[in-house]
Amino acid sequence: MNHIWSLLEEVFDPEVPVLTVVDLGIIRSVEEKNKMIHVTITPTYIGCPAMQTIEEDIKTKFEENGILNFKISTSISPAWTTDWMSEKGKKKLKDYGIAPPQNEPDKSLLFADPVVVPCPRCESENTRMVSHFGSTACKAHYQCTQCKEPFDYFKCFK
Amino acid sequence: MTKQEALYNYVLRLGDDSLILGQRLAELCGHGPILEEDIALTNISLDLIGQATLLLDYAGTLRSETKSNDDLAFLRLEKEYVNVLLLEQPNGHFGDTIMRQFLFDAFRKPLLEKLQDSSDKGLASIAEKALKETKYHLKHSSEWVIRLGDGTDESHSKVQESLHTLYRYAHELFFEDESDFLLQKSKIVPELSAVKLEWDKTIKDVFSMAGISLPENNWKFEGGRQGRHSEHMGYLLADLQYMQRTYPNMEW
Repeated sequence: MNHIWSLLEEVFDPEVPVLTVVDLGIIRSVEEKNKMIHVTITPTYIGCPAMQTIEEDIKTKFEENGILNFKISTSISPAWTTDWMSEKGKKKLKDYGIAPPQNEPDKSLLFADPVVVPCPRCESENTRMVSHFGSTACKAHYQCTQCKEPFDYFKCFK
Repeated sequence: MTKQEALYNYVLRLGDDSLILGQRLAELCGHGPILEEDIALTNISLDLIGQATLLLDYAGTLRSETKSNDDLAFLRLEKEYVNVLLLEQPNGHFGDTIMRQFLFDAFRKPLLEKLQDSSDKGLASIAEKALKETKYHLKHSSEWVIRLGDGTDESHSKVQESLHTLYRYAHELFFEDESDFLLQKSKIVPELSAVKLEWDKTIKDVFSMAGISLPENNWKFEGGRQGRHSEHMGYLLADLQYMQRTYPNMEW
């Protein structure tokens, strides 16, 4: 099984190409039954268009490495949250210029102060939310007031 | 009617609501009032189409002749779609788009919260997944209704008018028939009266912050749940079904 997990560590998210599918926390389980490898993945956002590509990429990775007897299935429950993202993944995000998820207040609160997201470039906490919806479903759009850098924030999703 | 037939009807209604609103919002891709809002509305569209995919996929497994989610989304006749009339209404101006969204989100969130406890595992897991995104949608549409209502004279009068136009369609969100009653008895779906209490509270709170008022005229329209649609639906479906009708069985 370790071999399978290390191959999965080589499959990257097509939209955030520094994160592997393991960092993202979307590999629900890897099991071997009757010489067949069963991999269960879970979508991040329900309509995430990257999911199909991710499944294809895992398939290709396995086949390139001589693993031909496998089945990939998708499971939506329990639903993915950003808590499942690894610490290593969060650090990689930051190094890549995307601010990792922070703990956010209750979404039922209207006009709540947006969460303080430190700038991934200069570390300043003096940043502002430009839009709650960013370049992909999982990101919001921020700008640093200090160094002026516009950046993506990987939203806390719970 | 068997329980399975009732569940098919129910899941199809949920799926069609997501599909049709998702399609309406997708029309705004590249046409949003500002860039950020263009991105927000199409993000919401993507979530809704994702929900429709899961729901129609599930609905397809509940029939004797299995149908794919694509078959259900693209190859039905107009009278076979069972979304509420509210969601097929045109985008209009931004106030109309946001008001339509708000009236729906305020309904969808409490509904999904209750569906998470459904004794039907398939429905419960889709609700659990969809709820997380729907919370964002409701926050977004609520904040915009307040901003517009409490904004300039022009934004106030426009969004007030949007409410006047769309409120008559909102009652249909609470449509129930024998499919619902059968499923409610087995605790598969919640009674909509409980959802309506929360909906009433949400819209009351948001409209009071926005300084807009409900129309006094209590005119109600319905028909979508039974396949009787407004004239807008045909145009919407012509767009939605174009590729699949022109190139049968095409896949992405």
